[in-house]
Parts: sequence; C-alpha cells; structure tokens
Amino acid sequence: METRTAHALIRFGLGRKGAEPLPADPQAWLAQQLEGPDPALRVPGASAEDGLLAIREQRARRLEKDGQNPIRSLYRAEQAKYVAHLLTTDVPFRERLVTFWANHFTVSLKRGECAATVHAFVREAIRPHVTGRFSDMVLAVMRHPAMLMYLDNATSFGPDSSVGSRQRKGLNENLARECLELHTVTPASGYTQADVTSFAKVLTGWSIEINKDPVGYVYRRLAQQPGEKLVMGRSYPEGEQSGITLLNWLALHPSTHRNLATKLVRHFVSDTPPEAAVRRIEAVLASSGGDLKAAALAITRLAEAWAPLTKLRSPNDYIVAVLRAVDLPADKRPPDVPGLMAGLGQPLMTAPLPNGWADTAAEWAGSEAMLRRIDWAYGFAGRASAMDPDQIGRLALGPLLSDATLTQMQRAGSRRDAMTLLLASPEFQRR
Amino acid sequence: MSHPSMRLTRRQALLGLATSFTLGRASLALAAAPTDRRFVVVILRGALDGLSAVVPYGDKALDLLRPGLLMAQPGAEGGLLDLGGFYGLHPALSGLHAMYRANELLPVHAVAGPYRIRSHFEAQDYLEYGADHAMSSGWLNRVASLMPQTKGATDTAFSVGSVVPLLLRGPQPVGSWLPKTFAQPEPDLYARLAALHRADPITGPAIAEGLKERGFSAATLAGSDEPANRYAFQALCSSAGKLLAAKDGPRLAALEIGGWDTHAGQKNRLAGPLKQLDDGMVALKAALADEWGKTVVLVMTEFGRTVRGNGTGGTDHGTGSVAFVLGGSVTGGRVQANWPGLSSGNLFENRDLQPTADLRALTKGLLAQHFRLDPAALAHVFPDSERTTALPGLLRA
Repeated sequence: METRTAHALIRFGLGRKGAEPLPADPQAWLAQQLEGPDPALRVPGASAEDGLLAIREQRARRLEKDGQNPIRSLYRAEQAKYVAHLLTTDVPFRERLVTFWANHFTVSLKRGECAATVHAFVREAIRPHVTGRFSDMVLAVMRHPAMLMYLDNATSFGPDSSVGSRQRKGLNENLARECLELHTVTPASGYTQADVTSFAKVLTGWSIEINKDPVGYVYRRLAQQPGEKLVMGRSYPEGEQSGITLLNWLALHPSTHRNLATKLVRHFVSDTPPEAAVRRIEAVLASSGGDLKAAALAITRLAEAWAPLTKLRSPNDYIVAVLRAVDLPADKRPPDVPGLMAGLGQPLMTAPLPNGWADTAAEWAGSEAMLRRIDWAYGFAGRASAMDPDQIGRLALGPLLSDATLTQMQRAGSRRDAMTLLLASPEFQRR
Repeated sequence: MSHPSMRLTRRQALLGLATSFTLGRASLALAAAPTDRRFVVVILRGALDGLSAVVPYGDKALDLLRPGLLMAQPGAEGGLLDLGGFYGLHPALSGLHAMYRANELLPVHAVAGPYRIRSHFEAQDYLEYGADHAMSSGWLNRVASLMPQTKGATDTAFSVGSVVPLLLRGPQPVGSWLPKTFAQPEPDLYARLAALHRADPITGPAIAEGLKERGFSAATLAGSDEPANRYAFQALCSSAGKLLAAKDGPRLAALEIGGWDTHAGQKNRLAGPLKQLDDGMVALKAALADEWGKTVVLVMTEFGRTVRGNGTGGTDHGTGSVAFVLGGSVTGGRVQANWPGLSSGNLFENRDLQPTADLRALTKGLLAQHFRLDPAALAHVFPDSERTTALPGLLRA
C-alpha cells in the first residue's frame, strides 16, 4: 500500500475495513464518494414526525406510569442502524462529512426528548445537504423539530404577539444566539445583543406541533412578534419569510465562510489551521455560493491535508477505526458499541453543549482518557486473539505502521499483547 | 444454557468474587466432563526460561554461559531450593518446593513441543491445537469430547466469554470467567506502550502522567518491582479450585498467566511472575482440598529461552524449557529429564536447550493414566503423534 492511499483511508475516511480493496487513485476515490445521494438514505428510518408521535405517546404514558418508553425504543432502533452504517459504509469520506456537519449543528441527548428526533435530524437536515449548499442545510436545520426543541425556539413567543401577550409568554433567544455565534457568522462579525434579540424575534413562530395531527414543523403566525425587525443593519418585515431571507443572508456572509473554512481545515488538516489553507477553502465557499461539495473537494486537494497522522482520533473515531480494522465475525463483535463510546468519553449524539465535540487533541488526550483507550484495546484484543496482529496492522496502516511498533509487536509475549500494542500504538491513535 | 449470566452472577456471589479486581494477563476457562477426576492446564504465555525456574546448577557449563543470570547455590541466603543435588528451584517457588518435598510436584526438564519455531504466536497456537497446523479445536476440548456425555453436562458450563483460550475452544461447551470490568494489562505492557508514545508530543505526556496517577512507580514500569495486580492469578486459581471441587462443578480448567517474555532485566522481571505462579498453585491446592488427590495440573510454556544471556540482561526466544506436573497422585519428588547437557556441542542450534522430551509424550502419559484414554483416543487428541510414546509412571496407580 502506498502512503498516500493509507493516508486517504485514515485521514478522510473511517479507517480501512478489514482487507477491503484499496482505491487505485485516492483523490478520485474521495471525489466519487461525493457523487449522487447519500447511500445511507436508502435505508428506511424513523422520520421527525415518527419521533414527535413517540414524544406525544411518551408524555401520555408518563401520566399512566407504565414501564414502556416509546422514545427509547425508537432511539435504540435508529442508533443500531447508525452504528452499523459507521462500521460498514464504503463511502467513509462522506460519512466523515456527515459527522462533521452534525457536530457543527449539534443536537444533543442532553435534552432528553431530542432522542426521538436526533437521528431523523441527521437524515433529514444533514445528509441531503452534505454535498449541497450550506444555505439549504442551515434552513433545513433551523426548521427541523430536533433543533427547534434542542435550542428552545419551539417555545419562543413574540412578547407582543397575540399568544405571547395573552398567555404572558416571551422570547427565548437560545436558537438565535447559537445560530449567530456557532452556526454562521460568529462574534467576529460584530453583531450585538440587540441583533440577537431581533433575530430571535424574527424566528418567533418557528415551532413544532406535537399535540395534534399533523405533527411536525409549524409556523405559528400568532406567536410571531409583530412589526419590522432590524438585524445586523438590515430590516425584516413581520412573517415567516423574513427568517428564511435572513438565514440565507447569514449563510452567505463572509464571516460564515471564514468560520466554516476554519472548522473544516481544523477537522481535516490540523489542530492549528494553517492560514493559507483556511483562505483557500474560504475562497471556494465564497466563489461557489457556499457549495459544500466544492469545499470538501478543495480540502482533499490541499497539500497540507496530505501530511500523515497530524490529528488525534476522537474516541468514537478511534473505536470505529479499530472495529473496522479488526473485522470480527458477527458473533465476536462487541455487542454494545454505543456503550463503548460512552466508556471512552464520547457518548453518541450527546455532546455536552451546543458547540459540539471538540476537534483538537488537547481536549481528548487526557491522561486517564488515554489509559482507558489502552485498557479498552487490551480488552478488545482478547476478543480478537485468533487474528493475526501483524497482518491487521499492515492492512489497516500500511506504511504508516512504524518500525518501532512492529518491533514491539514482534517481541510481545502473546498475540493479545501484540494486538494491544498495535491498537494502542501512537499511529493508531492518529489520523 | 438458558440463563448463563444469571448463573455466573450467582456463582460469583457464592464465591465472593462479584466485585472488581482486575486480572492482568491471567484468565480462566472451564469445561464439564462426566468424571470425578480434575485436570488443570496452566499456560505460561511468553516463553518461560526453564533454566531459571529449574536451574541445573550441577551442570558446570551454566556458569560460563549465563554469568549474569545465576542465583546463589542451595543453602546460601536467597539461594536455590534444592531438588536432589543437580537441579534447584528458583527461590520464588517455595510453595512448589514444599509440594516437591511431599512428592506432589514433578518437574519435567528439557521438554518442548514438536515444532521448532520461535514465534510466540505460532508456537502458542500449536501448543494449544496440539498439532503443528491450525485445527478447529484445541486439544483440551478434544479431551472433553472423548468423555461420554451426560445430559446434565451443560449445566456446569459457564457463560461463554470472549477469552476462551485456543486450548479449550471447539465443539464442546466451554465457559470462561472474568469480572465485568475491563481487564488491565500487566505493567510491562503499559511500559512498552509508554515507550512507544514517548516521542508523541500529545499522547506521550498524557500516558506517562496517567500511569503515574494510577500509582505505577517508575520502578514498577522498569520491571524491578512486583506487578500491581500480583494477586490476580492467585485469586483466579482459588476460584478455579473451588469450582472444580464442587460436586457438580466443571472438571477441566485452562488457566493462563503472562509475564514470561524476559528479553531484558530478567533477574528482576522473572521473580514476580514466578511468585504469582507459586502463589496460584498453592491457592489451587488449598481450594481443591480433598479433591487434590484426584487432580492433575500441567504447567507448560510455548518454548524456552536462549541459554546465553543477551546484551540487556535477558534471554531471547529459544527451544527447550521446563514443564511442571502437580497433584496429589503425581509421582513427584524427582526431576524427570534426560539431561542433554549445556556444553556448546549439546545446544540446539548452538543457542538453545536441546529438547529431549516431547510435551505431547508427557501430556499423553497424563491423559492415559488419569483418564484412562487409550492410544486411539490419544491419537485423536494429538494427531500425527503415533510415534510419540506416552511417558509412563507419572501418576501413582
């Protein structure tokens, strides 16, 4: 295997799966993965509406106090499909982009009822737009029931709207603030608290219907704050369309392109994004009107992106890479992958805060965190003791497997120890 | 097995083992058999230096070949424990020495499997397959398959775990016992990983710090201190003994313990694992209590180590080593060996202890005398071993 091939599988993918065929042309292999719709969408999954019905049922059952939990059942079924896809997908670059964007627009189980809709959120708001326009993704995200619930917009009311004034309900700025700060322009754009408040007023009425059919996103005209709003120097009339217009403007803002370019380069190139690389991606986003496919392709063409093993794998990346490399028969696979992820510090879909999981080594390389990786690798190596660590190392890492690691593996006193040395080696921690 | 995990939990509770000690490289697997005789195989993974465990101090070539690895003669303080004037046990093996004096320990020296390879993994595989090629079962599983099956047999099988050794894998139902927490590697493996990561600016300091926080001293990681989980193997042996002693308990057990791959600093590194092995065998005997007389224990390793020391105070992969047979009916109190001598013309490939006995001959002898397996059955357990005659006289009739 050539270094460039190994690197493409590891840097841009999820790690090689067993002895899967190697791409002849790594660059072309990456580009091909961005063609056509996401194959994960071919697998049927629960929709946001299914999730909202589960929430409705769950709320009713809570009153009846029986042991059923429709949200948990739905979540577990979706989670199983998601994990299976991570471990088996043959478009791993696209999947990395899905993970990246889902983390950029974090919806977390820290808000419990979001379990009902978070996988639908990824299917409906993220996957269709990973190779499309950022403006379309932003709009899909901001109107998705999962996000409207996670960041409280579903219960935000214009204080002077008919509902707000009648029921003495008011504004919740959460979604508007995070949209500006995290999802789009960032504080670097110079917005003020007044802009946040006005933006929140623009978004009033963007809500969810749960209690009666049809469930789903709903625009509640009677919750919209009356009158014109001024956001970042521009004026927006009352009504649902203003929110759409404003989000579109934010999505195309130069500060947004700067933000996205920096995060993409941090994710795929280096914890300290090189300025030249950021500018390159920024320029692609600006000239293409926020074309995410063009940006992803441009990342793969950055010379800086081909310096091997500069990034530390996050716990979940690490677990997925190990499970793909040591491609165990079904009856030997760890039964509870999400449990492993939680054990190593990155429970699925459960980022602590709306800014998502960190994307720098310093956040993941805690001392106990690293020892837990070693201990897990050792435990897992016990399952894989019938497999040849040498061969797995060569298949998974190719020329990136270091002589030092190989020497220690050959000196190991048991196959299990050799497998542990491989899976816990410095090169296996990195991508 | 309808509710293996429940049964396991109950058994653990019965044994007082429900909680969380960690086991390092030790592990235990068990299988049922319709007999009142018990058979325990202990695999020393990583290649025990037989010349340090049972030292042929009477062979004068030893002093010249491994000057840095010698121990004081029998009688001196901290010296070898004498085994009849030519061999001496490593001083860490005092429990085994007591069994020797009670005629319950039989060391078998200059022994090796039929293969001549120095790869741990292949050699361990062959040791456990009982053949020099891959098979669908380990030889101890084939032993189980030769016993007439009773319908209750699976009642004594344990929850199938992830770490059943090759030795016991196969069509016969087998269980393994491990606590729920992640098993942790031996300090030596942590040390190797810490060394591999040392140059990494991110993971290097994190792992070094993590080990410090967990209480591994620099001395522990350098191998000059006893492993942190030194009681793990003893505890496993004790549970194995209790389970095997039970009226409806399993009859076959496979234990394993690592820490033998002493490429460097062998004098310091070997004492710990030997002491663990010794403590484990004493605990096994104590737990078996009255059933010790019906028990045979075979302790073996995949190959021995070079006769000469290497440049780092250790030894490298070799050929002949030592095996131990223990039990209440063993014809012990002697060392069984056709000693090949250590002068240079007598070494295998001018580096290793020349094997003069075949591990299969020893094992076949034990199976024939303990379980009354006939030659056809023994040939099923060890294919292609027809010309390897079972060693006679290992057990008292």
